[in-house]
Amino acid sequence: MLAILDYKAGNQTSVSRALTHLGIDNAITADPAVLSAARGIVFPGVGAAGQAMHELTSTGLDALLRKLVQAGKPLLGICVGCQILLDYSAENDTTTLGIVPGQCAMFNPALTEEDGSPIKVPHMGWNRLKTVRETPLLAGIDAQAEFYFVHSYYPVPAPENVIATTDYGLQFCSVHGRDGLWAVQFHAEKSGRPGLRILENFADYCQEARRAQ
Amino acid sequence: MLSKRIIPCLDVRGGVLTKGVKFVGNVDIGDPVESARHYYEQGADEIVFYDITASHEGRGIFLDVVERVASQIFIPFSVGGGIRTVQDMRDVLLAGAEKVSVNSAAVNDPDIISQGAAQFGSQCVVVGMDVLKVGVSEKIPSGYEIVIHGGRKHMDLDAVEWARTCEALGAGELCVNSIDADGTKDGYELTLTRMIAEAVSIPVIASGGAGNPQHMVEAVTEGKATAALIASIVHYGEYTIPDIKAYMTGKGVKVRSVW
Repeated sequence: MLAILDYKAGNQTSVSRALTHLGIDNAITADPAVLSAARGIVFPGVGAAGQAMHELTSTGLDALLRKLVQAGKPLLGICVGCQILLDYSAENDTTTLGIVPGQCAMFNPALTEEDGSPIKVPHMGWNRLKTVRETPLLAGIDAQAEFYFVHSYYPVPAPENVIATTDYGLQFCSVHGRDGLWAVQFHAEKSGRPGLRILENFADYCQEARRAQ
Repeated sequence: MLSKRIIPCLDVRGGVLTKGVKFVGNVDIGDPVESARHYYEQGADEIVFYDITASHEGRGIFLDVVERVASQIFIPFSVGGGIRTVQDMRDVLLAGAEKVSVNSAAVNDPDIISQGAAQFGSQCVVVGMDVLKVGVSEKIPSGYEIVIHGGRKHMDLDAVEWARTCEALGAGELCVNSIDADGTKDGYELTLTRMIAEAVSIPVIASGGAGNPQHMVEAVTEGKATAALIASIVHYGEYTIPDIKAYMTGKGVKVRSVW
């Protein structure tokens, strides 16, 4: 079973529907016992970093997440979940979880698209990935596949953690992490088949990891 | 770089699909959930559901349809028609829609835009604008006027001014529907679309008048829209979404080509 972290930050239901569609057993939960027992954790999120961190710290889920990741529990961050795994977010000047080294910066609206027009912030719509590092999470993903993004801030992790980048005024990091601790800036649950494939890859990894124990 | 989006629009009445020509003589063409899945599999970038009668007859949104759609398609979709309150917005978002489109209610009470944006984020709030070409006047300096109730009621409101107001209130996107072009298949109202797209910095969706793929190319080049809404040309099988995308790619427009 995969646990979808419930911390009043939005799109848990969409993630759950996508996993259910894939036949992957899942539960939306904030129960430490369920989170600890799960094969892996999906850490979704929409909204602002400040509010998301407030929800996590006021419930003690921040400490639990750190502990579970340290113990090797597979985790996949999505959107705000991807951003607040880092140390700091410029959004609401927020100290974030510090599970992955790095920070989160805002798109500069003065940046321009390839055709010279100023970028619109938020970055909202379909865009591609440029893979920097092979990883099981992106196995079987076509290089031309596109993913659905909605965000005004982007992750800037340590360079060795960058897995893929996306071009929007600059090359920003859209997938970061290492085996078993991944984060995607786009909404995998709303990115058609390529997005579903990423969720499936994560579930497969979790199953293998459990079997290996 | 972002891809230009192709968005099939499904008009719903009484839980079934309709497609009107100039909002009269609607013909039922089927089940909205099945159609949504079909377009999802064909490579639609987003889907819009519009409860075409709701604002006129006071009917609510069909939340069960929305929920069924949300469990079968995994791309963003928006829901409009009959959204009058922030609670109506919350209901459709909780049922699984990514975005909610307000039209008449926003004209009657613009606060719904700012309240929706504050509670759910600007990216959730689309303002649908029905626009009629009326000629330039003191009241309507752009020559394009906002109408509501499917074009039946004139609002003495300039379309460009209204677009700027919506942006200032926190709308995340504007869907600009030309009542004049709707159902004609003669192409989008490019002058109007471009005028609005140049007046705001939020994305503009062109709507009304699509008859062939060249019209969509024009909407995102000449019209400066970031997305094009389509209906009857795909509903009646004249073109498929892959046909349209292949044509646009051939014309140098970046569209999502793998799904």
